[in-house]
Amino acid sequence: MYLATTGRRDAPPRPTGTRRRVPGTVLALGAVSLVTDVSSEMVTAVLPLYLVLGLGLSPLQFGLLDGLSTGATALVRLLGGAGADRGGRHKQIGGLGYALSACSRLGLLLAGGATGGIAGALAADKLGKGVRTAPRDALITLHSPPEDLGRAFGTHRAMDTTGALLGPLAAFALLWATAETYEAVFAVSFCVGAFGVLLWLLFVPGRQRDEPPRETAAPRARGGLLTALRRSPAYRRIVLCAALLGAATVGDSFLYLLLQRRLDLDATWFPFLPLGAAGVYLLLAVPAGRLADRLGRRGPLLYGHGALLLAYGLLLAPVPGAAALVGVLVLLGVFYAATDGVLMALTGPFLAEGRQAGGLAVVQTAQALARLGAAVAFGALWTASGPETALVAALLALTAALCCAARLLPSVPTPEGSTT
Amino acid sequence: MNTTASTRARAAILVLALLLLGGGATAYTLRAASGRAAATGTADPGFTLDRGAGTLYVRDTASGRVARVDPAAPGGRVAGGPSCDRFHAAGPTALCLQRRPGVPARSYVLVLDRELREVRRIALPGIPSRARVSASGRMLSWTMFATGDSYARSAFATRTSILDLRTGYLVKNIEQIPLTLDGRRHHAPDVNYWGVTFAADDNRFYATVSTGGRTHLVEGDMRNWSARALRENVECPSLSPDGTRIAFKKRVSDGPREPWRLYVYDLRTGREHPVAERRGIDDQALWTDAETLAYGYGGAVWSVPADGTGTPRQLAADASSPAVPG
Repeated sequence: MYLATTGRRDAPPRPTGTRRRVPGTVLALGAVSLVTDVSSEMVTAVLPLYLVLGLGLSPLQFGLLDGLSTGATALVRLLGGAGADRGGRHKQIGGLGYALSACSRLGLLLAGGATGGIAGALAADKLGKGVRTAPRDALITLHSPPEDLGRAFGTHRAMDTTGALLGPLAAFALLWATAETYEAVFAVSFCVGAFGVLLWLLFVPGRQRDEPPRETAAPRARGGLLTALRRSPAYRRIVLCAALLGAATVGDSFLYLLLQRRLDLDATWFPFLPLGAAGVYLLLAVPAGRLADRLGRRGPLLYGHGALLLAYGLLLAPVPGAAALVGVLVLLGVFYAATDGVLMALTGPFLAEGRQAGGLAVVQTAQALARLGAAVAFGALWTASGPETALVAALLALTAALCCAARLLPSVPTPEGSTT
Repeated sequence: MNTTASTRARAAILVLALLLLGGGATAYTLRAASGRAAATGTADPGFTLDRGAGTLYVRDTASGRVARVDPAAPGGRVAGGPSCDRFHAAGPTALCLQRRPGVPARSYVLVLDRELREVRRIALPGIPSRARVSASGRMLSWTMFATGDSYARSAFATRTSILDLRTGYLVKNIEQIPLTLDGRRHHAPDVNYWGVTFAADDNRFYATVSTGGRTHLVEGDMRNWSARALRENVECPSLSPDGTRIAFKKRVSDGPREPWRLYVYDLRTGREHPVAERRGIDDQALWTDAETLAYGYGGAVWSVPADGTGTPRQLAADASSPAVPG
């Protein structure tokens, strides 16, 4: 079989019953993501201010460039995944992605306000993000026991989110200390990013850490990215479900916008809404991952989308504004905690040896493109017949997608010697 | 497995890098922090808007303060006004948008009288973008860029407010005004307004609305609280003193570089023509008199005849936000 579970027979026996430790590699990958997210969220937080105040650029003009580069990321992600699988160059390709993003901060500094230079730097950042995601997730898959994948991804995502929460705080502190010198934020962000790259180089092992070349293992899969799709019906069904569920996910910004309208929320507080959801995500990522390992990963994935369904419902229900606010934020956090890493953990065991990065990239891209489509469709429906109708449609679509996913999603193949 | 020696080597490299990168970051921050300067919020005593008809006031880029353009003064101007990021004045009223430091972006909207004394202060989120006072000085409008609407994305939204000084009534965000587009009531999550200009009756106004990737000129009615789109591809309208023409910027190219040109549209004939300014203007133009437009470009304030003749002329270097309070 072309399942990653083959060739794991040589894994050392683990203590059963007691709490096993998260693999060091996963912690190293998590640390890299944490540091890198501090670096990138620092820039994201101050970029709008910099563009308008520092440079006097027209923001609407810049939105155009932003949208363009988002589409390109999907393609880059697939390329990154496929490239990493060739000869197992996860470390090289992922490192390239991290380095590209770190260097984009230097680009921002050097551009010194030239529109073209800034657009280039932002594109380089997105490119780096797209390239590195699949190799990194593949490394998590490769270096964790299959039965602990949920917890491994949960741990990684929790560390990642911690970085995303710390980044803006660091940026605000810097702006305050330097009387709004945006260049200082970019310079510090570069230093932090470079430290992340160094962590990657020093502590993240290549694909094969301490495994001797395995002649007995399944032969490397050959052919293009889509080979995995052809070979494994279970994987094919996961990709389909990721796309189906993605197509019924309207996007956080719309939910925040609906919340803000519902509560007539003061705009000063608006940027803090996503922080609330991120906090819940951070707290629940590891428990949700452990639960996924214990109960199987289908359940949390489906229940997570159920939480999103409840959030849609809560926005339509006649409940007090404060209850809607808290409820939606918590449910969104639950949704991300129960689905983001869990989807990767579900996919991992179904992937052919040597095809992990590409396989994960296909799932992520299918999901991302479906979500992009959903956002466009939701916006169009809102425009055509108002927000309530659009929300009802999203609710129905998600219900339908959930029903399909519940039938289609495969369970994890039981790995040998699995302990529960 | 890695040996302890290599573990120790890696730890040493990490500590070294931490020192180097941390040191670099700290040094850069300290150097940047040493250059901080305090801004003055209020106008100098004796600096008022009563300096005769036709006097041009601008925002002085170097000091960030409102300045009176005066060829007799050293440097060609007297920068004794309040610190404002955007400024406009008409009739008995001046409007000063002042950004407060810190993140998320917040600003003060200061309503001032002709002596530049503070009449009202409103705290709002966002970055100052457009400021306009109606000819009578009774109606005020401003636009802020709001960056928080899409956290973790570098996209923007605008929020436009209208303040009626007669009643003190403030509409913080005119986004919910019932809008008619192509003859139909229009709903959309992406509706953004900016750049309001008032008619002489202090009831009718014109503004830009953007939705679905297109921009439109809308005519609004304060009393009926309604708006309808008149014309596509119009941004930052500015109504002429006689109320017959509208100057606006029009998108003439899809690229991000200089996509706009300044046009004048005749409300009676429905015809439009470009003015003799070939560069990409991103500002809400100001009618300094019935025949002349002023606007900011490239860090300076320029002027050009409204009828399409003549050539652009620089009125003030290192300046923005032109206003002729009269």
